[in-house]
Amino acid sequence: MSNKILPLVLGTAMGVAASAANATTLEDVKAKGFVQCGVSQGLPGFSNPDAQGNWTGLDVDLCRGVAAAVFGDASAVKFTPLSAKERFTALQSGEIDILSRNTTWTMSRDTQLGLNFAGVNYYDGQGFMVRKDLGVTSALEMSGASVCTNTGTTTELNVADYFRANNMPYEIVAFEKADEVVAAYDAGRCDVYTTDASGLYAQRLKLTNPADHMVLPEIISKEPLGPVVRQGDDEWFNIAKWTLNAMINAEEMGVTSANVDDMKGSDNPSIKRLLGVEGAFGEAIGLGNDWAYNVIKGVGNYGESFDANVGPDTPLGIARGVNALWSNGGFLYAPPVR
Amino acid sequence: MSIQEQDSAGAPARASLLNDPKARGLFYQATLIIALVAFGWFIVSNTVENLERQNIASGFGFLQNTAGFGIIQALVDYTETSSYGQAILVGFFNTLLVAVIGIFLATIIGFVVGIARLSNNWVISRLAYCYVELIRNVPLLLQIFFWYFAVLRAVPGKRDKWSFLFDTFHLNIAGLRGPQPIFEEGSGIIGWALVLAIVLAFAVARWSRKRQEATGQQFPVFLTGLGLIIGLPLIAYLIAGMPMHFNYPEFVETGPMLRRGFTLGSGFNLIPEFLALTLALSIYTAAFIAEIVRAGIQAVSHGQSEAAHALGLRNGPTLRLVIIPQAMRVIIPPLTSQYLNLTKNSSLAVAIAFPDLVSVGGTVLNQTGQAIEIIGIWMFVYLTLSLLTSAFMNWYNQRMALVER
Repeated sequence: MSNKILPLVLGTAMGVAASAANATTLEDVKAKGFVQCGVSQGLPGFSNPDAQGNWTGLDVDLCRGVAAAVFGDASAVKFTPLSAKERFTALQSGEIDILSRNTTWTMSRDTQLGLNFAGVNYYDGQGFMVRKDLGVTSALEMSGASVCTNTGTTTELNVADYFRANNMPYEIVAFEKADEVVAAYDAGRCDVYTTDASGLYAQRLKLTNPADHMVLPEIISKEPLGPVVRQGDDEWFNIAKWTLNAMINAEEMGVTSANVDDMKGSDNPSIKRLLGVEGAFGEAIGLGNDWAYNVIKGVGNYGESFDANVGPDTPLGIARGVNALWSNGGFLYAPPVR
Repeated sequence: MSIQEQDSAGAPARASLLNDPKARGLFYQATLIIALVAFGWFIVSNTVENLERQNIASGFGFLQNTAGFGIIQALVDYTETSSYGQAILVGFFNTLLVAVIGIFLATIIGFVVGIARLSNNWVISRLAYCYVELIRNVPLLLQIFFWYFAVLRAVPGKRDKWSFLFDTFHLNIAGLRGPQPIFEEGSGIIGWALVLAIVLAFAVARWSRKRQEATGQQFPVFLTGLGLIIGLPLIAYLIAGMPMHFNYPEFVETGPMLRRGFTLGSGFNLIPEFLALTLALSIYTAAFIAEIVRAGIQAVSHGQSEAAHALGLRNGPTLRLVIIPQAMRVIIPPLTSQYLNLTKNSSLAVAIAFPDLVSVGGTVLNQTGQAIEIIGIWMFVYLTLSLLTSAFMNWYNQRMALVER
């Protein structure tokens, strides 16, 4: 770990100095020809490399969307896998342009780290996974349990708060990498594995016998996950924010990667504005007017991305739930393009 | 010659200054220092400016804030409501614990294997050879994972145990459990008795050495010392009315599955993360120490052991009294490096969830975002530990060095 974090920090000390004098993030990105995107070290459904090294997932799609908005090419992205501990330093130091790594939006992160959260692309909450043979049905029965989790996450704090608030003794075993948490939990070192509920479903697939484990019903925290950019570059912040909004708006309007070309001829003024047929919304954020068209053409709308990566038909099998559109009873609500 | 003198006549002092090797040397050194200071100033001011520009708070004020996370093993008082500073202190002591125990074990294993490597017994020397070659050629991180994950899977699960030593110690996946001594009021005398015993043991050793030098008579120093160190505290314990009891590990075998196994907080528990890390570090470093010991012993000329044998000393005393003291002079300097390596390698603990300085510091770093401050603390602590270790070893080296008259 230390061999990874030290260059990063030296980067903060020296390299960032360079980026101070440099151009804006958008100009930097255009000059190098790709978006450098910080992702997880492998979380199925969110950011996970396949055997050929191609990254897929909900978080990955957002980065591809940003690349499509800037270059019209969803493949103009390079990925940097980061541990939970390294992620903010990597972004602060300019190592990456955008962090899309199932990162919880909290006040301290938003205000003290020199970062901005560009929105929420997955509403999550922390949950617990246990072996079925423990016979536990509620998190409140877990007094005296040993709990495996990742270091450097809000998870570590939430679990401490939860056990303390309920007067339950516990023992925390915190690993650097998610793979080691899974291995230790699988070996029986811990009774409980806790992380964001989406992560529990994803990591359960890596266990020897996924069917022997169950996720408890309690959700003990709010974990709005979203993309992060550096503070102080509003142009780039806008691009990240509106790429996500475009994907959500597109789903609401029924624009998909398949029908986006036909939709350009739509009579609906909202769709016309979104796809750049009317107005000059792209120019206002420093991009071409077909920015949203490129996003949808390149990665699809939010619903498509959700279904392809984490939805009911994938191994994760997560229902839309609170991540449905507001019009379908969920939380997803993007400001209009107008 | 004359032309040169004429040329320089206008500014004789200057010309001579330029050619003066001393002045030149001073000039180059001053330039180097100015360049270094300017470089350092550039980095620091740039960093400060950029941190301000990015609205990143700096300074060490965050150490007073509440940490809010749990730590599995703490040698000093720690709860979730303690400060970040306290959390880092916990990490520091855990690092220190691993380093001290690791150095102790590595030295013992290293000396045994190093000597075994030179054994006349073919099987023993081959075994030692295989140990050295196998261990020192496999990366340490892999060995830590091996001890942690491979061994974790080999021991019984949490609801089960292996007991040994008359059922007092128990091993399972949650660690090694044993009875924890609880000292009651009036038990301070036991501690004092122990201190007294150690002082007495040293005094006896000194006295017996003097006597042996004067008269040639030997005295069983080791047995006397052992007797003192065990005996005196035991007597104090009995006199004080046995003010101590044991907190035995409590093993539950019925009831809800989750409650079965050892109850949290009963008896003392060495967590498997600690065991795996200490074991891996000791075994790994011992392989290097073994080679150093072998080199040291082989550096002592063969004539020394022949001379010792000729005087009638057996193999054991020859090694202990003639060879090792001379070999130590060759052994100590590289041994110091190995001790430093072990201390620094303990930062790999983060891979297997042992809460050492780097692991806890990393968590604090992530919660507060104070990367530069935390890295600064890490570097300061490891540097201090290393300098202290090498200062001690240098002192020891001087003591062992050949006294030349």
